[in-house]
Amino acid sequence: MSNENIIECKDLNKYYSGVHALKNLSLKIKKDSVVGLIGDNGAGKSTLIKILSGAHSPDSGQIYFEGNEVKFKSTKEAMNLGIETIYQYSALIPQMSIARNIFIGREQTTFSLGSIGLMKTKSMDKAAMDALNDVELHLRSPDTPVNQLSGGERQGVVIARAMYFKSKVLILDEPTNHLSVKETNKVLRFVEGLKKQGVTSIFITHNLSHVYPIADHLCVMARGEKIADLAKEDTNIDELTDLLVNG
Amino acid sequence: MNTNNLKSILMRPEISTFIMFIVIMTGFFIANENFLSARNIRIVMGITPEYIIVAIGIAILMISGEFDLSVGSVFALVPMTMVQLVHQGIPPWVAIALGLSIGIAVGFVNGFITLRFGIPSFIATLGMLYIARSLTTVATGGFPPPFPHELPNELFVFQFEVFRASLFWMLGVAFIAGIMLHRSNLGNWIYSTGGDTAAASSMGIKTNNVKMFCFILCGFLAGFAGMIQTFRIEAPLPSQGYLLELESIAAAVIGGVSLFGGVGTIFGAAIGAILIRFLESGIIMARIDAEWFRAGLGSLIIISVVFNTWVVRRGENMVHKNQAEENQNSSQNNESVTESKDE
Repeated sequence: MSNENIIECKDLNKYYSGVHALKNLSLKIKKDSVVGLIGDNGAGKSTLIKILSGAHSPDSGQIYFEGNEVKFKSTKEAMNLGIETIYQYSALIPQMSIARNIFIGREQTTFSLGSIGLMKTKSMDKAAMDALNDVELHLRSPDTPVNQLSGGERQGVVIARAMYFKSKVLILDEPTNHLSVKETNKVLRFVEGLKKQGVTSIFITHNLSHVYPIADHLCVMARGEKIADLAKEDTNIDELTDLLVNG
Repeated sequence: MNTNNLKSILMRPEISTFIMFIVIMTGFFIANENFLSARNIRIVMGITPEYIIVAIGIAILMISGEFDLSVGSVFALVPMTMVQLVHQGIPPWVAIALGLSIGIAVGFVNGFITLRFGIPSFIATLGMLYIARSLTTVATGGFPPPFPHELPNELFVFQFEVFRASLFWMLGVAFIAGIMLHRSNLGNWIYSTGGDTAAASSMGIKTNNVKMFCFILCGFLAGFAGMIQTFRIEAPLPSQGYLLELESIAAAVIGGVSLFGGVGTIFGAAIGAILIRFLESGIIMARIDAEWFRAGLGSLIIISVVFNTWVVRRGENMVHKNQAEENQNSSQNNESVTESKDE
């Protein structure tokens, strides 16, 4: 973990048809860290990540990425800068193969006319397998449809995809929801691996016990506000639980 | 590894359709060996390319997650427009271009209404089914016009020894569509859009543009196929393509295209369309009352989808069983991160 901030938010506000979903939120995220963003349902976690991922724009406030102010008009723009978001619903197409999923929207092509071209399937297959090996996910074939993978393996594929495209920040929205204990541990191990490879991750969850073991920093939200922002060494699980429950 | 490959090939729905095709062909051949005579193949394959082209358009659109119920009407409207334009003194090639752009325009309107107003394409195109059919009838001005022989129909339907020129046009369409769907990045976008629109758009795919492209392509191909049929029978009939929308969806579904999007192949849709035409011919050749064709088609739809679902489910169960075993084998190595990290 370095002392440099990779993302800094200043006084972000967001309203949804009259509801003040995000209230003056400021947040600093250090490079190469794992930040646990916790809060009950409706705390504003999803709003915050939608803004960071470029899906929505804030009504006021600024976002700085690597020191420069950014205003994302689309998720694609955020992705191009290296901010990749993994949503609650898996961002994978169940019927499609692993390799095709990894390259959705960013296919390697040849003979292209404008943005349309023939896919280099062999090189994509190989790159897919390499990307999976990089996150220690050993699957049989890049042609396996994603719907034949377990929940943990699917998250692994998504993380491998983010790694392959050199993401600097990975936002994981409830990546352990609906997963068994064993599968959850798999995902946690993937996230730990990210830190070693120089990727910052923001891990959103309402389950403190999932994120606590791997987080460097914990940020608690309630009613659209940040109510605590603590380094792990300055807090403990009881204090956090109390914050989470009593706000 | 080899058995795994074999399994994954057999699991593909279009392959089970192909096997069904072989079985049905063999059955009709046993009932009447003239079924596979050059003469009968010539008759069936003379008309089949038109249906395959429509089925290809429908299949691509269905893979992208939408429907088009207006293809049967477009199949009549486009050639009727061409014929009437030529009667107005418009040069034949210009009339063909204008006619085909009607197909494109109908596809665009279908897409626009569906995507702009967020209504099911089933409804948008059901409306278009009636509108386009009505326009076709209005365009006849009361009775079907004669076929203008300035139109270059031989180029599209010339009868060779066994096959018609339309077969080669169909192969061209299938080849281009196949490359586009299965080998290009656009194909990847179409599958992802139909597979899970939200996930695809979170990956930066402009899903509405992808769907719009598929609507337009479907309208264009339906019109192009209708043109070939009119050129073949040399009579523009306002009733042409009646109920073709359902038959095309049937062809796609029989060929393994999913009603829910994201699944299907060009090959499957083509086999589905061929199967329907040979079923019709086989029933006649086997001296069964031709009225049984629809019953046969209905049974075929149900049987093929049940069969495909069964095959896919069996395949999945097999995989899950393997996975469960693998998990059990590796469970000893699975140390819990939570425990190791907790101080």
